[in-house]
Amino acid sequence: MSQPIHDDRPDALRRRLLGAGAGAVALGALSGAALIQAQGSGAFDWKRFKGEKIEIFLVKSPRGDLLTRFHKEFEDLTGIVVGSEMVPEQQQRQKAVIEFNSGNPSFDVIALSYHVQKRQFAKNNWLTDLRPMIADKSLADPALDFADFAQGGLNYAVEPDGRVNSLPLNLDPWVVYYNKELFDAKGIAFPKTFAEMQDAAAKLTDSGKGIAGFVARGLKNANVPVWTSFLLGYGGSFIDGKGKLLTDSSEAIDAGKMYQVMLGKYGPPGVAGFNWNESQSLFLQGKAAMWLDGIGFAQPLEDPTKSRIVGKVGYGVMPAGPKRQVSALFGDGEGISTYSKKKGPAWFYLQWASNKMNQTRMLQAAAGAPVRNSAYAAAQSSSDFKAPKQWVECMLTSARIAQPGLPVISPVTEFRDVFGVALTNMINGADPAAELKKATADFQPVLDKSEKA
Amino acid sequence: MNSPALPIPYRPGFLARRRRAYYFFAVPALVVVGAVIIFPWLFTVWMSVFDWRIGSVAHFVGLENYIKLATNQRFLESIVHTFYFTLLAVILPLILGTAAALIFHREFPFRGVLRGIFTMPMMATPVAVALVWTMMFHPQQGVLNYLLSLVGLPPSLWVYSQTLVIPSLVLVEVWHWTPLVMLIVLGGLAALPTEPYESAKLDGATEWQLFRYITFPLLAPFLIVAAVIRTIDALKAFDTIYVISQGGPGTASETINLYLYLQAFAFYNVGNASAVVVVFFIIILALALVLLHVREKTKWI
Repeated sequence: MSQPIHDDRPDALRRRLLGAGAGAVALGALSGAALIQAQGSGAFDWKRFKGEKIEIFLVKSPRGDLLTRFHKEFEDLTGIVVGSEMVPEQQQRQKAVIEFNSGNPSFDVIALSYHVQKRQFAKNNWLTDLRPMIADKSLADPALDFADFAQGGLNYAVEPDGRVNSLPLNLDPWVVYYNKELFDAKGIAFPKTFAEMQDAAAKLTDSGKGIAGFVARGLKNANVPVWTSFLLGYGGSFIDGKGKLLTDSSEAIDAGKMYQVMLGKYGPPGVAGFNWNESQSLFLQGKAAMWLDGIGFAQPLEDPTKSRIVGKVGYGVMPAGPKRQVSALFGDGEGISTYSKKKGPAWFYLQWASNKMNQTRMLQAAAGAPVRNSAYAAAQSSSDFKAPKQWVECMLTSARIAQPGLPVISPVTEFRDVFGVALTNMINGADPAAELKKATADFQPVLDKSEKA
Repeated sequence: MNSPALPIPYRPGFLARRRRAYYFFAVPALVVVGAVIIFPWLFTVWMSVFDWRIGSVAHFVGLENYIKLATNQRFLESIVHTFYFTLLAVILPLILGTAAALIFHREFPFRGVLRGIFTMPMMATPVAVALVWTMMFHPQQGVLNYLLSLVGLPPSLWVYSQTLVIPSLVLVEVWHWTPLVMLIVLGGLAALPTEPYESAKLDGATEWQLFRYITFPLLAPFLIVAAVIRTIDALKAFDTIYVISQGGPGTASETINLYLYLQAFAFYNVGNASAVVVVFFIIILALALVLLHVREKTKWI
């Protein structure tokens, strides 16, 4: 899924959406007719399913909290009664698998993490194809407007065969947080390429003062997106068209070497056991010059009660690799259970949850980075919006150059585990080529089996 | 009321009927044991001979899961980690707990209050304990390295090092569970008779001799109980390790339980996970036999 850099004027977006490209063809088919027709229609009847009751299964997170807080608004709008359940992420994933396997899940709408659950849900046909409902103008609110959705989010929502299984809500592209004070002290500009990034890390590392030039996750499983961030920039990908892993290719090995240098050489002692929280606390103390992770950490970084570097944080787009500039992307959305008997009301819920109002609220509450482009302008115009301007710019640019940060496969967790161990071993000095070769050999049978069964 | 007690009249089948009546009363217990122990156990064994991931069709594979485990380096290492962790997490609290009990058994001011304070770690929730220790272990911001620096020692990587991670996890375990051993041993000390000490003192025994030849042998049954409880706890340790190191760095602290959790609940690899459970069960069974044997032998002390 190669993805050129786009500008994000609505017109360009729409043309792109309706135009060529694997995902876009599918969306073109659905939205070309549906959007135009829908936008032509008059008042939309939200009360159509009045009196029905639906069950929503959410992940316990600031986003889940936010939606739940405003469920009353949806109930008032539609007359549909909402029952909802929120469970922590890991348990939500386990419960989803078990409930879907039972053939009679207790929910109509489910929140999903694309990087973990997309392939699993699609392969098992657990989600309802939304295309018929998007095309039906009595069911699709004219304000749905797919042109407002960032491309990275739409790519996640659409399957290779054209099915649309979900509406995206939140995007989490990976960015480089940097400490402007440390950069300025050494007279270094924010790096534009991988080579400059390594160079900057080398210059900024000062073990005497306990300052690491770079910090990111070293803990197995959690660390895989760091490596894939490099891998994508080197022009690598995860799997070829025949389902063969490309994770021991020369690009993958180059990315492994970069990972080894950035963490092993310029990272803090003990980084092999660091997850995002250890990395964050180091960066918050001003003890790391660069930190590569998801975009969602602006709030603690700008909070004077937690951070020693308020106002000194730079939000940088992932530098370009030798082949291309890519931000590794993660995200979540909501879909409708294929077993649901309330698909209409559930579809109304999906549209409400992803509407501009809720997306703007998400940004204002710092609960995530909305997939709707219009939410950024809307939030910035409000006076109590605190996120720095550079953060917003970084988000919009990153979302444009974003690609999935993990392979879209069912056994993602096992992929992260196997390659995560290999990466941790690299930090401790193991040879990247040998480690990746072994991990690829170990994981290929798991992948083959998952696609066959 | 002086009619003589009638002998039980002999009737054919009487005893057999009576025995049948006994069986009836055992049924509830049998049902419970069958439902919560026997059936899950047999079902686990049954699943372990299938290649089955949740969401896909199960294939019968015979002993393949077991054969793969026998050559699975990661699984074999997890057994070693489990034993290493268990050994340290049993012996250290046992020694320290006994020492603490001996101290708290003596009379000194504020003994009651201090004893209460000493047992407080035991009351804390394991996950909360683990989270706090994770912060203390942080190699740059953790308080432990700060304390080391105060006495002029170089910083340590604690749970962030592949070689130190298990001893560091044991440290948490020791802090958390030494009080339990202390309480058990203290109970034992309180139950000891005073006469042997008096006569030994009359014979001129030293403090060490009192401990070695009187206290220790009399305490042995209590120590065994403490050791058994600690072994069970250490073998099933999961929450502390999962929260602090997640089995890492790499797989350096991955015990059987963590490996099992990954296989079953992260990879949904039910067949393989069941085989791990069966192997683990056999290991525990063997260990239990050893402990029983040791208990029989404690008379030597």
